[in-house]
This record gives sequence, structure tokens and C-alpha cells, in this order.
Amino acid sequence: MEFSFPLVWEILPRLLEATIVTLEATAAGFTLALICGGVMVTLMRSRSRIAARLARFVMEFFRATPLLAQLYFLFFVLPGIGIVLSPFATGAIALGLHYGAYAAEAYRAGLESVPKGQWEAATSLNYSRWRTYVSVILPQALPPIVPAIGNIFIGMLKDTAVLSAVTVTELMFVANEIGSETFQYTEPVTAAAIIYLVMSLVATGFIHVIDRRLRRQEVSA
Amino acid sequence: MQVVWEYRQLLLEGAWITIQVTFLATLLAIALAIVAGLARQSSLWLVRVPAVIYVELFRGTSLVAQLFWMFFVLPAFGVSLTPLVCGVLAIGLCNGAYGSESVRGALRSVARGQREAAIALNFSKVQTFRIVVLPQAARIMVPLFGSLSIEIMKASSLVSLITLPDLTFQARNINLVHVQTAPTLIVILLVYFAIALVIGAITRGIEYRLGKGRERLAS
Repeated sequence: MEFSFPLVWEILPRLLEATIVTLEATAAGFTLALICGGVMVTLMRSRSRIAARLARFVMEFFRATPLLAQLYFLFFVLPGIGIVLSPFATGAIALGLHYGAYAAEAYRAGLESVPKGQWEAATSLNYSRWRTYVSVILPQALPPIVPAIGNIFIGMLKDTAVLSAVTVTELMFVANEIGSETFQYTEPVTAAAIIYLVMSLVATGFIHVIDRRLRRQEVSA
Repeated sequence: MQVVWEYRQLLLEGAWITIQVTFLATLLAIALAIVAGLARQSSLWLVRVPAVIYVELFRGTSLVAQLFWMFFVLPAFGVSLTPLVCGVLAIGLCNGAYGSESVRGALRSVARGQREAAIALNFSKVQTFRIVVLPQAARIMVPLFGSLSIEIMKASSLVSLITLPDLTFQARNINLVHVQTAPTLIVILLVYFAIALVIGAITRGIEYRLGKGRERLAS
């Protein structure tokens, strides 16, 4: 068995096209996850005990069950109750909810890393709850959150491959499709794996740069 | 709920496969994590470099891609594995790479003075590791391995994509022939959640046991 480079060259355009879908799914899922995480952490910190408990349970549940099972749930159940979405939208929502729970945990850890004295200082300055968050807490909570969110981004980038199970035409789906058309799995699947590797290495480098910049600001401030 | 009762046999078989894959892949992942975590600390580059390559390669590519690679590509090179072996290998290798970071962090967290004390006592390298470093690092590793095995349990659902009839595979097949889809999926999500709770409880049990001597020492 040998590796055919001409075949890789031939299928590369299709794979790259699918890579764009992968990136789109990641971007959509990531945006949703940031929002969902924000909603969850807000509920978890709300004054209503019931809301906080419920949000906590939902977060634990989303984090402890497989993305694929959640995806199937949305894919098979939503149409039954009259919500018909494209596979891409279903996939993006599943990613957003699943990783939203991880984002909520990252937000929570960041917020809790701010010393209590900062809250007390804001109270003594008679800041409103909103102003306390915006000008005191969030600027300090952000630096530890960034690397965690970065890991969520990279994890999601790789987990978009799960969406192939519901026919989203992303990288893994297309690689598989080429495999079944040509009966050559070696080249498309290997090429897809290398594309994932390149993407996550680039993303890792990018997050390092942001992280270092944030840290430098913190030191100079 | 009738659907679930009707297909209970299939779902139970699926759950059993999920548990098997989770258990075996967790064993493999922990073993690999410890080996790779130690190898990355090594001063010999011949040991360190392969470990770094292993970790970066398996952390950088999608687990689905790794599964498909083992399932579709390895046979072309003359290595045919059963779906179960494929699943356990891919999930174990991938999560072992993630776990090695935890091992590295745990080893680093052991205070330097502890190693220096071992040198002062003229302990050999192996003795230092076994008697001084490992027991302290283990307490930090256990909860990390606990969350790793929950990740593995979740990842085990992906073996359904390589035709292994696990819980997710069964649920999907039932849904292809049944109109009522919600009950089956709710049940499998709850089963996964229950498995995660059990793993969490086991982890806390081990943590408690490892922590026992320490409290006595502190007081």
C-alpha cells in the first residue's frame, strides 16, 4: 500500500472547501457558546436559589453527556416539535450548548479569582452592580478566562468533525465521502487529519500571542 | 416510554459496550499519560522528543479523524483491527495525550524541597520517584484522571460512527425506524449522566483514601 500524492492534489480543493464549512461551524458554535456560557453563569450567580440550582444542574448535565448524543437529540427531536433547522444550524446549536457549559465554568472560575476586597471596594464607592462588573470585576476576571476560552475554541474546532454524523458537509464528512467514492480512504482521511493539525497549531499560536499580550498589560498596569 | 421498554435489550447491550470502551480506554489513557508525562520530563532528548510528538499529534487532530484513520486507513497497510480495538486504541491514545499534561502539572506541583530532601537521604532516582514524588503527585492526579475518564466516557459515543453498537449507535438505529424519537434519546442521555455520576463518586472515593494519611500528618 502506498500513499498517492497526485490523488491528494486532486482532492485538495474539495477538502479545503469543506475546511471552510468546518471554520464556519466553529465560528458559529463558538459565538453561541460564549453567549450561552454568559447566560448560564449569570443564572448561576443570580439571587434566585432555584434559578442558580437549575443552571448549575444544566451545566453539569451538558458537560457530562456526549456531544454526539446531544446532537442526535436536537437533530431527531426538534423537527418532531415543529422546529425544522438545517443540519448546519442544528450542529452549531449543539456545539454552542455543549461548549457553552464549559465556557460558563471558565467564566465562573475567572469571576471567582477576583479578590473579595475588590467587590467591597466597589461597594464602598457606591458603584451600582452593573458598574462594579464593568469597571472593576471584568477587567480583572478577563486575563485568566482567555486561555480557558482559547482551549474551548481549539476543542470545538476538532469536535466539529462530530457534525459529520448529521450530514454537515464539513471536513471529515467530505473526506469520508471521497473515501467511499474512490475506495481510497488513506489519502483523504490522512489529509483531513493534517488539516486539523495545522488549524489547531495555528489556533494555539494565536492564543499564545493574545495571552502574552494580556499578561503584559496586566504587568504594566 | 414504550419505545424504550420495547428496545430495552438493545439499549442494555449498548450501555454495556459503552462501559467496556470507557473502562478499557481509561486504563490505556492513564498508562499512556503517565508514560508520556514522565518521558516529557526526561533529560534525554531521545525519550523526550517522541513523547512531545505523540502528545502534539494526538492533541492536534480530531478524535473522529483518528478513529476513521484507524478504521479505514490501517487495513490498507495490512493492520485490521476490530471496531472495539480501534475505538479503545483511538480514544485511549487521544486522551492519554491530554492526560500527560495533567501528569506533568502534578509532578511539577511537588515542592522542590521534597526532591532535595530525597537527595539528602541518598535515595536513588527510582526511590525518589516511588517513595517521595509519586505519592504526593498521585493525590493531585486522581481528580484530574477522574475528569479525564468522564471525557473518555463522552468520547466513547464516537465509536458508534465506526459501527460499534454502543448506546448512541442503538439509539440512532431505533430512531431510524421509530417516529417517537425523544424518549430513547432522553433515556440514553440520562444513562450517560448516570455513568458520569458513578465515575465522579469512584474518583471521590479514591481521593478520600489517598487523603487519609495526610490529615493525620497535618494535625
